[in-house]
Amino acid sequence: MARAAVPGGLTWQPATVAATRAETATARTLVLDVDGWTGHVPGQHVDVRLSAPDGYMAHRSYSISSAPGPDRLEVTVQAVIDGEVSPHLVEVAEPGDHLEIRGPLGGWFVRRPADPRPALLIGGGSGVAPLMSMVRAATTPTRLLYSTRSPSDALFTADLATAQATGDTPVAVTHVYTRVVPSGWPAPPRRLDADILARVAWPRDADVVAFVCGPTGFVETVADLLVDIGYNPSNIRTERFGPTGG
Amino acid sequence: MAVITRGFGGRRRDDADLPPGQYRTDDFPVLSAGPTPRIDLDEWELAVVTETGERSTWSWAEFTALPADEPTVDIHCVTRWSKFGTSWRGVSVDTLLADVETTAEYVVAHSYGGYTTNIPLEGLLDGQAWVAYEFDGEPLAPVHGGPARLLVPHLYFWKSAKWLRALELRLDDEPGFWETAGYHNDGDPWREQRYLED
Ligand SMILES: Cc1cc2nc3c(=O)[nH]c(=O)nc-3n(C[C@H](O)[C@H](O)[C@H](O)COP(=O)(O)OP(=O)(O)OC[C@H]3O[C@@H](n4cnc5c(N)ncnc54)[C@H](O)[C@@H]3O)c2cc1C
Repeated sequence: MARAAVPGGLTWQPATVAATRAETATARTLVLDVDGWTGHVPGQHVDVRLSAPDGYMAHRSYSISSAPGPDRLEVTVQAVIDGEVSPHLVEVAEPGDHLEIRGPLGGWFVRRPADPRPALLIGGGSGVAPLMSMVRAATTPTRLLYSTRSPSDALFTADLATAQATGDTPVAVTHVYTRVVPSGWPAPPRRLDADILARVAWPRDADVVAFVCGPTGFVETVADLLVDIGYNPSNIRTERFGPTGG
Repeated sequence: MAVITRGFGGRRRDDADLPPGQYRTDDFPVLSAGPTPRIDLDEWELAVVTETGERSTWSWAEFTALPADEPTVDIHCVTRWSKFGTSWRGVSVDTLLADVETTAEYVVAHSYGGYTTNIPLEGLLDGQAWVAYEFDGEPLAPVHGGPARLLVPHLYFWKSAKWLRALELRLDDEPGFWETAGYHNDGDPWREQRYLED
């Protein structure tokens, strides 16, 4: 198993919201300026801390969705109904606002640039956020299988199309819609299943690393399917977020 | 100096029982590093291995015939959720170690699937830890570590290794999977020991 330390940056650092970008009706990307930020490894997350005037604080983790780079990073947040932090980030935060971050964090669910293997990325809902960073930084052949309820729930639609068309490294994107398909779509809505996986995934994993991220039910199903089609469990990395079952 | 976030009021769902930086959830979130191992009960075995290499092992039938406790405890995940009043059934680590001769001070928990985590032995004794096989009156589900997992409620939950296979007693402290991936060696939620440098 991988043995890697988390690189530095474990104190809280001030961050300023530089810009916001709507991704869907309920999800938004926040561009954060952080003085002295030295970048991250795709797949890592930051802890975000919000403070109220009376000193009350709330913290949550958010994956970094941008490509690595200095002084700036992006997180993409899906508003959770009745949530404490995500509705603030999606609906209230605006350019010029201050918050704090800690990171980059996480040394396992990461796609290191030196890893020569092709990558199979499988995301459900907002679980695509860390995978988007991997797509943006791809240096080896990369396939993304992305499951959402409907086209209007899909994050990064335009960026994914661009990554496919113009990246130096081959990135192939396949969408799966579980409830509503775009007009003219050749297939009815369906859940990600062994069939689709067999079509999209490289047949066996000898030299492929798979990253699966999404709600628990999704990650469970997909990781099991990958094992069923012959992937070695040690080449499947998972990250789960969002309420159970999802 | 704290950085105030404009417009943020917070929910203040605080609770005296919440360790710092945690929030309360009534769900049971699942976190793990890879696929869920599926272990056949006929092949399942739990081992305690001492520093001299002596092994005690239990088959599923032997293990579930041991005297069991029914602890109700609060659990705390490093990803910041805490869940109050969870009820389990399991065998106390004291029971598993009752006949084991050891001068070890550390334990490495080994899981089916390859996961490891390290804990000082004294953190597992005196009614502080169990190998649990039921949750809420039902067999422990595979996603939550079934057939059996370690349950160490006073530490962050990554120390409560799922799919437990062996407890290895050691004279020296050997960091496990997350401990070598940037997480704290001790993992006490009340001291907020999340990451390496905390
Ligand atoms: C490593 C990591 C990376 C993440 N990356 C992203 C990301 O890129 N984009 C994104 O939108 N979210 C991400 N999340 C989830 C995020 O941290 C928050 O949990 C989410 O935004 C909800 O927070 P909230 O304060 O709005 O809701 P809360 O006030 O915390 O809770 C609202 C409801 O949802 C449930 N809930 C909330 N969060 C969780 C959780 N993590 N697990 C289980 N149940 C939960 C609560 O029990 C409650 O019922 C990530 C989580 C982790 C651990």
